[in-house]
Amino acid sequence: MPADAIPAPDAQLLLERLRAGEESAYEELVRSYGGRLLAVARRFLPVEEDARDAVQDAFLSAFRSIDRFEGQALLSTWLHRIVVNASLMKLRTRRRRPEQSIEELLPGYLEDGHLERPASPWRTEGMDPAEQSELRALVLDSIHSLPDAHRNVLLLRDIEDLDTEEAAELLGISPGAVKTRLHRARQALRELLEPHLREASSS
Amino acid sequence: MKCRDFVEFLLEYLDGALGEAERRVFEGHVEQCPACVTYLDTYRETVRLGSRVCAPDDEVPPDVPEELVRAILSARPKR
Repeated sequence: MPADAIPAPDAQLLLERLRAGEESAYEELVRSYGGRLLAVARRFLPVEEDARDAVQDAFLSAFRSIDRFEGQALLSTWLHRIVVNASLMKLRTRRRRPEQSIEELLPGYLEDGHLERPASPWRTEGMDPAEQSELRALVLDSIHSLPDAHRNVLLLRDIEDLDTEEAAELLGISPGAVKTRLHRARQALRELLEPHLREASSS
Repeated sequence: MKCRDFVEFLLEYLDGALGEAERRVFEGHVEQCPACVTYLDTYRETVRLGSRVCAPDDEVPPDVPEELVRAILSARPKR
């Protein structure tokens, strides 16, 4: 979330009203930030009901810990971390679907160390709106077809803009594991996109 | 350096985490391997597409569904 949903002085005032337990302040917080939080939750949880549950959990958790918010971070940044965490928690309780192994999605090599299928240049610019919308659907589907452990790292690092340490802490893994998974997730995503985006490709 | 090593160390290269000597070997490989140049370009494009598609800068946040607002407010323990 690049900017705050409401200007800083208003956020400060809202925070004071929340801390004072003012009833209308809770509703204002939900209405001001709910849409942004829902957009984040939907990236982790494609099932709408799950995404809404995560947003609800996030706000309830924010209400409980509003006294601990130090006010140095933007209110939106703080809420963003909370909803990311709530989405990850929700993911853990969901029944896992069978998933493809990441190994199958990584590039293959010949015995001499060359890529089995050399990469081809992509065409992603100069698309008309219909192609852009297809591209968007393709990227989202491809991200969602990554194995959970790798998709989550990719979402945290490349899309939600968390740094390696923050991602490691949220996922309960080492920073080294975050880096390895991120690299593999990006490679796998690249492989999934490649057949559709090759310049010569007719699809 | 083989293409396999190139791909293996790509993230560290892009993060600026390779040592001086390793970086020189890495860049030496890029200069003579067009396939890896394309791999590097499309890897970067993958990262760019992911963030542009999932969280575009000009994204207008969706509306919060009214029933969600109600659900959150009614689930809040009153002090």
